[in-house]
Amino acid sequence: MIEIISAVNCIDCDKCVEVCPTNVFDAVPGGHPVIARQADCQTCFMCEAYCPVDALFVAPTSSPAPPGTIFTDEARLAADGRFGEYRRWIGWGSGRRPGSLQDHNAELAELAAPYLGGNLLA
Amino acid sequence: MGRDAMALAAHGDADVLVLGGGPAGTWAAIAAARAGARVILADKGYCGTSGATASGGNNLWYVPPDGAAREESIQRFEQVGGMLTDRAWMLRTLELTWAQVAQLDHWGYPFPTDAKGCVRRSSLQGPEYMRLMRRQVRRAGVTILDQSPALELLADADGVVSGARGVHRQREDAGWAVRAGAVVLATGGCAFLSGALGCNPNTGDGHLMAAELGAEMSGMEFSAAYGIAPAFGAQTKGRMYQFARYYHADGTLLDVPDGLSARLAVCRATLDGPVYARLDLAPSLIHEAMRWAQPNFFLPFDKAGVNPFTDLFEIRLVLEGTVRGTGGIALAGDGCETTVPGLYAAGDAATRELVTGSRSGGGSHNGAWAMSSGTLAGQSAALFARRPVGGHSQLRGAGRAGLPGKDAEPAPADPVPPDEVIRNVQAEVLPLARNMFRTASGLRDSVWKLDQVWTDQVPQLGPRPGRQRAREAAAMTAHARWMYAAALGRQESRGIHRRDDCPGTDPTLARRLRVGGLDEVWVAAEAG
Repeated sequence: MIEIISAVNCIDCDKCVEVCPTNVFDAVPGGHPVIARQADCQTCFMCEAYCPVDALFVAPTSSPAPPGTIFTDEARLAADGRFGEYRRWIGWGSGRRPGSLQDHNAELAELAAPYLGGNLLA
Repeated sequence: MGRDAMALAAHGDADVLVLGGGPAGTWAAIAAARAGARVILADKGYCGTSGATASGGNNLWYVPPDGAAREESIQRFEQVGGMLTDRAWMLRTLELTWAQVAQLDHWGYPFPTDAKGCVRRSSLQGPEYMRLMRRQVRRAGVTILDQSPALELLADADGVVSGARGVHRQREDAGWAVRAGAVVLATGGCAFLSGALGCNPNTGDGHLMAAELGAEMSGMEFSAAYGIAPAFGAQTKGRMYQFARYYHADGTLLDVPDGLSARLAVCRATLDGPVYARLDLAPSLIHEAMRWAQPNFFLPFDKAGVNPFTDLFEIRLVLEGTVRGTGGIALAGDGCETTVPGLYAAGDAATRELVTGSRSGGGSHNGAWAMSSGTLAGQSAALFARRPVGGHSQLRGAGRAGLPGKDAEPAPADPVPPDEVIRNVQAEVLPLARNMFRTASGLRDSVWKLDQVWTDQVPQLGPRPGRQRAREAAAMTAHARWMYAAALGRQESRGIHRRDDCPGTDPTLARRLRVGGLDEVWVAAEAG
């Protein structure tokens, strides 16, 4: 679930408010958007993909992170490069190449076949 | 909020109104616009991120036109689809998918090139695909209403669908209404807010809207699709589990086959205790390729500090319902017409029985179907919208259930919170023991409870926390009742419909089942 909007990086563009498929965020006039309905977050990481300044952290858990876990520790997550992680994988943002150029889905079966003895479905 | 939504104000006119902005809806909108229609597309969320594809991605049923490949593929899927498919629809889907993938290439979708220098076009990564589709929808001149769930269809005095109305959920539920010559439902399937990846917007809203005007469903018994997810999350990406081995809590190996054929036994094992998985069968030489194939499978593991290649992780099964299942609104013609005039259905909102039969449509057919059915629905809706109409007749809102305060009726004095209805429905449809391993007695028990919810609670739904949620609660209740009515009606096991009390497949039952009705749910074998 979405856990952090980093006040350090957020530029108040409200892109997360605009794109969230389950309407988790609220815009705040003159301020950073807020996580208004965390319970509606479906952990799809789309906000992370769209945030232009890597200000969001979506934890991998499908329930709110208990206090004291790493998933609410902004400084630690930032140090570990955990902000904007999905955006890096899909290659969005200036100077990056689309991750889909390296999409190996179509050839995965061929790549794995010598090792799996024909056990792959497709 | 998008500029489009601001510009439109509360009311608008269109030739074609598309509800839903996933792949089916966007292909429909583009096809209708190319046919000369003025098009408005309304999405509950944001066209570009909404629905199962944007988060999950699609492999496509994508077979070249030359040689015998298509015929072979069709024959194979007729068999695994339990002989319920329709050959003409399969062929049409393959043809249109081939054409639309070429269109995506032309639009600049960044397809990968393999080690032999061949461009591979059978996989689409969700965010990239749907961002491109949004761009093309706008380029086609379509007006997009984001964050604007439709609540009900509008019909004229003859019962012809003539638009829809809904709310702007980011503007305090301000109402919108669009009068249109035809409507395409591309609202997705229903996963009952289970949390399956990207599926929470998909609550079966379109099915309810259609049924309120008498539309029928088909294939609803094929709704027991579950995805494997790590227990800590809900990332229901199944493909990598073909490399998994499964373990008991004490670290001993589960006695199941390798590969994807383990699925059923693994599901059954979770009924007896926790099950763990590890991608033991993936050779390290292809780990990197696997990551680039499905970064959204590995991302949650990376964040959780779990290495799925070396660490055991507990798994759970998450319902994907009619998103990855098959059932949906029955089609009445080759142009994705429903049985209701002016109403078209595409993508997961429509039945995929025609191309998947009793098998799950996940893993390639649904993606191909979304492109193809969306295109056809958009074209035929545009054609229908050209018919001459006698002025602006009075339209009525066709919605009935889960619309507290509609037509200035007083809201219930002691309203039932939508979340309570949703929990009651989930209690019947989410458990594997009830929905995956079905029995007549279990299904009857659920039907009885779901009927109570429909009769006693749905009419008392309250308007908080927003109009959308009450409507979703009603839609999920109706959906569950159709699923289980059809599941009781099919007294055999076939494909993903498994009846533990009738484990065999009966060759005489290789016919599609229709189901429909709201207060009285009915089931009948399809004519012909």
